[in-house]
Amino acid sequence: MSEVRDLAARFRAGHKAALARAISWAENGDPSYPEFLRSVYASVGRAWRTGITGPPGAGKSTLVNELAKNLRARDRTVGILAVDPSSPISGGALLGDRIRMEERTSDAGVYIRSMASRGGHGGLSRASSDACDVIDAFGIDEVLLETVGVGQAEYDVVSATDTVVVVLCPGAGDGIQAMKAGILEVADVLVVNKVDLPGSDRLLMDLEESAHIRHAGTGRWIPPVVGCSAGKSQGIDEVLAAMDSHRDHLRATGLAAVRAAKRVAQVQRVLHERLAVQLWGAGGQGERVRALLEAGRTPYDVVDELAEHFTSALRSRA
Amino acid sequence: MTEQKIRVLVAKPGLDGHDRGAKTVASILRDRGMEVIYTGLHQTPEMIAEAATQEDVDVVGLSILSGAHMELFPRVRAELVKRGMGHVLLVGGGIIPNDDMKKLEADGFAKLFGPGTRTDDIGVYIETEMKKRRAHSA
Repeated sequence: MSEVRDLAARFRAGHKAALARAISWAENGDPSYPEFLRSVYASVGRAWRTGITGPPGAGKSTLVNELAKNLRARDRTVGILAVDPSSPISGGALLGDRIRMEERTSDAGVYIRSMASRGGHGGLSRASSDACDVIDAFGIDEVLLETVGVGQAEYDVVSATDTVVVVLCPGAGDGIQAMKAGILEVADVLVVNKVDLPGSDRLLMDLEESAHIRHAGTGRWIPPVVGCSAGKSQGIDEVLAAMDSHRDHLRATGLAAVRAAKRVAQVQRVLHERLAVQLWGAGGQGERVRALLEAGRTPYDVVDELAEHFTSALRSRA
Repeated sequence: MTEQKIRVLVAKPGLDGHDRGAKTVASILRDRGMEVIYTGLHQTPEMIAEAATQEDVDVVGLSILSGAHMELFPRVRAELVKRGMGHVLLVGGGIIPNDDMKKLEADGFAKLFGPGTRTDDIGVYIETEMKKRRAHSA
């Protein structure tokens, strides 16, 4: 296991190549990763994690680039994680978010990593939370986690980050309507990008209204609604100010409890995945299920039978 | 639960605005199941090596049609080595004369692909090389 010690040493010495390799270990489910994380875990928890999510084409990458630029002007170091979808057919991915962030590439205070979603359905990849932890442990001040373009029900970003920024743009019409019951509800900051396009006033107003209706009187955080034009570098400080106000709010109302709850959610998710792999992958389940279905059993009966089988197997092991 | 993908950086060094080829290769590698990071046009050797480092790629593929390959390719290689990334599988393609290909292949480049290369050959080459390397390091 000297490989782990070696990586941890180079990681602590501030080598970006070591940071990059640690994220690869997390992504690949490398057996060395848990030990690595343990060795640097005391340093996790100092970075602020902001999730940037929204529909495809809303301008998430461009906004992330602008946010990073302004954070650097404030002398904050920045780690960017940009998640793009993996192909469900080939498993491959074309990761192009760096194109819109290339001004940041040569800045020593910035680390950028492109991640493929690798089968994750919640807008992130399985290892996105891990990658946030690793960047945090590296000593970077701000993590910007950009999700894949989302529709309605991709909420993984909530448990992976402290502040969720939902980016929308005018002209998406019904798409936005559909999202009202979804991702908008988990936003801590609502951003209308491309605010110079027609329809943005209406969108800003709709968002303000629904945010207030939803949260008024609940004592909960009411997400500020901010317009910007990331492509023209306009309104970025206002977006940052809104992010800051949410940060102050969380710090004043109990950040530790919120983070602890998110950790529990992460443990639940990892356990869930591991059990699913162990139980389903224990061999021959597919065959077994097919046989039961062919014998005329309903899917629910089949689940009952499998669950009974698993729990009795667990009991006999205990 | 390991699922190790082949990660490839496709980059265009220098002042060369033609990226149809690079994009085609990127798409084909994706369709073979690789994770391909494309960084866009006009990259300096430093930017390419830095992106390769931050992305922890297995393969760097350079595309060039401007004729400046003998100037730029070795500089990319030097910048990679400087960052401890000398282990990546370094390949290149474009309008490159045979003599130059031989020189580059003698100087740290694993393979160069000239005009008329079948795109499948590039994918098969990378897969074969990576399989060898991973078997070796396992």
